[in-house]
Amino acid sequence: MTLKKEVRVHPIRDGTVIDHIKAGQAMNVLRILGITGSSSAVISVAMNVSSQDIGSKDVVKIENRELMEKEVDKIALISPNATINIIREFGVAGKHRVELPEMVESMVRCANPNCISNTNEPVSSKFEVKKGPIRLRCIYCEHVITENIVEQLL
Amino acid sequence: MNIDRRHIVSMKDFTRDEIDVVLERAIKLEPLARGGRSDILAGNILALLFYEPSTRTRMSFETAMLRLGGSVLNLGSKEASSVVKGETLADTIRVISTYSDAIVLRHPSEGSARMAAEYASVPIINGGDGAGHHPTQTLLDLYTIKKESHLEQLDIAIVGDLKYGRTVHSLAYALSLYGANITLVSPQQLKIPDQIKEDLKAMGARVSETENLDEVLDSVDVLYMTRIQKERFPDPTEYSKVVGAYKITEAHLDNLREDMIIMHPLPRVYEIDASVDDSAHARYFEQSFYGVPIRMALLTMVLGVEV
Ligand SMILES: Nc1ncnc2c1ncn2[C@@H]1O[C@H](COP(=O)(O)OP(=O)(O)OP(=O)(O)O)[C@@H](O)[C@H]1O
Ligand SMILES: [Mg+2]
Ligand SMILES: [Zn+2]
Repeated sequence: MTLKKEVRVHPIRDGTVIDHIKAGQAMNVLRILGITGSSSAVISVAMNVSSQDIGSKDVVKIENRELMEKEVDKIALISPNATINIIREFGVAGKHRVELPEMVESMVRCANPNCISNTNEPVSSKFEVKKGPIRLRCIYCEHVITENIVEQLL
Repeated sequence: MNIDRRHIVSMKDFTRDEIDVVLERAIKLEPLARGGRSDILAGNILALLFYEPSTRTRMSFETAMLRLGGSVLNLGSKEASSVVKGETLADTIRVISTYSDAIVLRHPSEGSARMAAEYASVPIINGGDGAGHHPTQTLLDLYTIKKESHLEQLDIAIVGDLKYGRTVHSLAYALSLYGANITLVSPQQLKIPDQIKEDLKAMGARVSETENLDEVLDSVDVLYMTRIQKERFPDPTEYSKVVGAYKITEAHLDNLREDMIIMHPLPRVYEIDASVDDSAHARYFEQSFYGVPIRMALLTMVLGVEV
């Protein structure tokens, strides 16, 4: 019911609704999308909305924009259960769950300051992704990032 | 199972069978390491790229190569090379690949050897990447245990800095492939990270921990001592206390199991008193010699030469 009301308040014609974002992560999703106070995009954000399936969630709605694969992968790292809804002509034209990639490249900075990927060498960071509680293992130094992945996002 | 012409970066790249192949080959080559002459590597050039000081690793690679008839190229001092002009490691590796048949790399950054392997057109052997891996050390440790004790049903105590000493982590990892019974002996501040302990157990090692060195002296087959670095202790009095508690001296010798061997990757500082050197337990000098047959074995493998 609450969701239906939401739609009535903020209907968008074309754009993207990122639903089932882990509660508290909406601002980080905006950060991933590069949305700052100075961008002109029309955005609405709902935080701590109650949801039958996951207790409480955040929702981000963006007008006239579809997401790039890399943005979706980053969202998966901080909120693996999020769903991406493509809105066209006020209706849901497509829906998919974000999916954790098996490898992430140039997306996360290694938390080991002494890692070769944090030097001026021409390599980009690469991590193997382990599911469950998400764990990122640097393929260079083998350092594992488990917490505060959002702080390490590039 | 094919280590021929492959990079040697981390012990995690090895299966137990592959380790056994390396150890068997080292047994074959040991007589040559003891002063023989051979030309099986004649015509091959090994480049030694050491961005950090090393005595044992560098010299034992050189000896291994020279005794098998190969040649070595040294990077030389940092000042004399273009490293000082700011050339990236990636570029240096690409260039040196065209001058040599294999490269041994020691570099201060973790992951440098893995990256070098991506850029090299010849095999890279990791001679130590920062606080990361040092697989040839682990292999020579395993060889020492095989020769001087036994790898099956092994009871080993690893003593000292188990937190930062990542070569200890590789050793424990490799030993767990053999189902070893590992006792980790360290002060509270230098305990092995939980994550690594869990990984070892998951791999089939039996792992226990203690702070008390005396507890293990009469029960283990191998006592593996490591250096405790002063830098790890903000408080110097705390450091002296710890150093005193994790030191083997003549006074301990009577309590040791007769066939127990004492190992140390060297250089030692205070961990083993010189009075222990002539005892029947000491094996640390043999251990550093065994670096030669092990490195001979690895060189023949990465260079694709039959033995
Ligand atoms: N035109 C629109 N404008 C704004 N938001 C919309 C629009 N259409 C749908 N939404 C929002 O998109 C999300 C998905 O819509 P949908 O109708 O598929 O809901 P649902 O059946 O609850 O989906 P799910 O099973 O993924 O939870 C909801 O949060 C909904 O409020
Ligand atoms: Mg719903
Ligand atoms: Zn790293």
